[in-house]
Amino acid sequence: MNQNPAIGHNSVPKMTARNVNVFYGQKQAIKDVSIDVTSEHVTAFIGPSGCGKSTFLRCLNRMNDTVDGARVEGRIELDAQDIYAPAMDVVQLRARVGMVFQKPNPFPKSIYENVAYGPRIHGLARAKADMDNIVESALRRAGLWDEVKDRLGESGTAMSGGQQQRLCIARAIAVDPEVILMDEPCSALDPIATARIEELIDELRGRYAIVIVTHNMQQAARVSQKTAFFHLGTLVEYDDTSAIFTNPKATRTKDYITGRYG
Amino acid sequence: MSSVLPERRPTDWASPAMQSRIAARYRAERNFRRLGAAALVIAASFLAFLLFTIVRDGWSGFLRTEAKVEVTFTPATLGVDPAAVSGPDGKAVLARADYLALMNEAAKGLGPASGTLSDAAWLGLRDQLLADPALLGKRVTLWVPVRSTIDLLAKGKFDLAAPADSRGVSDREVAAWRWLEQQGRLRTGFNSAFLGNADSTEPELAGIGGAALGSLFTLFITIIIAFPLGVLSAVWLEEYAPKGRLADLIELSINNLAAVPSIIFGLLGLAFFLNIAGLPRSSPLVGGITLALMIMPVIVIAARVAIKAVPPSIRDAALGIGASPIQVVFQHVLPLALPGIMTGTIIGIARALGETAPLLLIGMRAFVTDVPQGLTAPATVLPMQVFLWSDDVQRGFVEKTSAAILVLLVILIAMNSLAIHLRNRFERRW
Ligand SMILES: Nc1ncnc2c1ncn2[C@@H]1O[C@H](COP(=O)(O)OP(=O)(O)OP(=O)(O)O)[C@@H](O)[C@H]1O
Ligand SMILES: [Mg+2]
Repeated sequence: MNQNPAIGHNSVPKMTARNVNVFYGQKQAIKDVSIDVTSEHVTAFIGPSGCGKSTFLRCLNRMNDTVDGARVEGRIELDAQDIYAPAMDVVQLRARVGMVFQKPNPFPKSIYENVAYGPRIHGLARAKADMDNIVESALRRAGLWDEVKDRLGESGTAMSGGQQQRLCIARAIAVDPEVILMDEPCSALDPIATARIEELIDELRGRYAIVIVTHNMQQAARVSQKTAFFHLGTLVEYDDTSAIFTNPKATRTKDYITGRYG
Repeated sequence: MSSVLPERRPTDWASPAMQSRIAARYRAERNFRRLGAAALVIAASFLAFLLFTIVRDGWSGFLRTEAKVEVTFTPATLGVDPAAVSGPDGKAVLARADYLALMNEAAKGLGPASGTLSDAAWLGLRDQLLADPALLGKRVTLWVPVRSTIDLLAKGKFDLAAPADSRGVSDREVAAWRWLEQQGRLRTGFNSAFLGNADSTEPELAGIGGAALGSLFTLFITIIIAFPLGVLSAVWLEEYAPKGRLADLIELSINNLAAVPSIIFGLLGLAFFLNIAGLPRSSPLVGGITLALMIMPVIVIAARVAIKAVPPSIRDAALGIGASPIQVVFQHVLPLALPGIMTGTIIGIARALGETAPLLLIGMRAFVTDVPQGLTAPATVLPMQVFLWSDDVQRGFVEKTSAAILVLLVILIAMNSLAIHLRNRFERRW
């Protein structure tokens, strides 16, 4: 297992990470991870709890900047641009690399305002009509439009968990990102809401590069085309999802997906 | 693992030992409840007693006694020329006229009670004539305020059965009051002067209007300084300050500052704002700045707690779609923290409103007979007025003191209710 587990793609990768190390104070949470993420695939990060999936995901849009004592080493590129370079504008980076969190976290504002907030702060809409269009299309793509079109003025926090999570996805896609990072987006949802989100991810595939962290093996198998298995801060194996689930190369991967530990 | 341990016997939940343990638990529970209720009753009765005595002594402070007099607006007594009054400067001539002489003239008509009218009774005559210059030369009947002693007699504040030398009122005054009563020349009504006037040496003329306006000016300065500075400090400490020794030190200092006796802030105000900066003594400006320093730590602490209570997920959500740190603070964190910040601020302001010690040192103890005209004019504040009156030897100020306390309490209760209302109204759950 000495070879670099990052997989080369035929196509140009959207994001590349090379030899990334992350420290929380003295403690190393990510060890020498290299990986490529492409636009045409959904990439799943799997691995036992505490292995560093969230930590690594948060490196991709520099959300770790806000964590005290977190330090990132190595090189991460978006469209061949170093996102940790001093010239990179973090605010714009986060608009281009959107994020959906584990627990639905709509703003305590109206549904409309939740979706319109991002486009507004980035100046994406000139007139009210533009904004209405952006909000409608984001809600449509998030599969929420029909449920909320008559109550856009109601509070985003007054919806069901599944609706809230789709609202958060709508909010993320309203700023027209290039990459969407999802950290266990379904872990707080029931199976029906989960199915809706999975459908949605499938519909969004190809348009955005999507990275999803999940604990649910079936979910990884259903929604992703590429799967990365993390263990103790290292990237153990990264391959086509079908290969990982049918024919894992590393014994640790095999043990994990067959439920031997984790 | 348990093979070496002796076998446990099954617990007998119905055994007498168990039963008595249950009974003891119930007993402890009951006793504790009684103790708590007793504590509450004691606290409440102290409060009720305090309120009762204040209301009992103070309610009559809102009333004043007036005497009926007949006045003839004789131009000669007033020292005005009727021709000049009908001229172009008529009003000015009337305003300068000698109403005191007219008052003395009218008082003679009261016979044995001629000395019972208040020194400021002539003001009523002037207002009457200025309102209607046609009254010049005519005879009118007017109600004017009486001296404090007569006022108190009318309100029954003296024990007339006591010997003359210990009851605090002379036989002549009692006789004058009896005469006025018999003539039906006395009435008691709402004392608008008490709410409108500033302080005075005469209890029947003294009012809390000046002190109330002084308090308002002072609190205005306090709010516009303490609120923005306090909130911005809290935002900086919560959102930007590097965590570490320095932050801990600042936190410690702020917590200590909130507990510093308020008189120390008065010393600071005296040394710095008056002696070094040379700002006007006794002014709401200096008082307001001094109180702002005093309540700022309270606002900082309340604002930090409120900001901390905003869930990190909201911050993450905003940052995650590319809001800049300042947008996160002003568009998400502060709006959500605002009810908490407001609550803390109102409580701080209520504290500033009731404060006297620091203001003593910067000269707001002054005897100010004018309603303050501005932020730099000499002024006093409500609690200081209470303090000054409670110190006064004149009997008439006793009810004024309690009445002023009532006004202060009503304002404080209103402010605290507003704080509670804001907290309940905007309290959010995530
Ligand atoms: N803010 C932090 N400060 C210090 N250590 C942290 C912090 N966040 C995470 N860690 C540590 O980093 C390691 C990786 O955590 P991370 O949250 O990335 O795991 P994860 O794979 O997402 O786990 P889970 O599946 O439970 O979400 C863990 O050992 C965790 O204790
Ligand atoms: Mg995680």
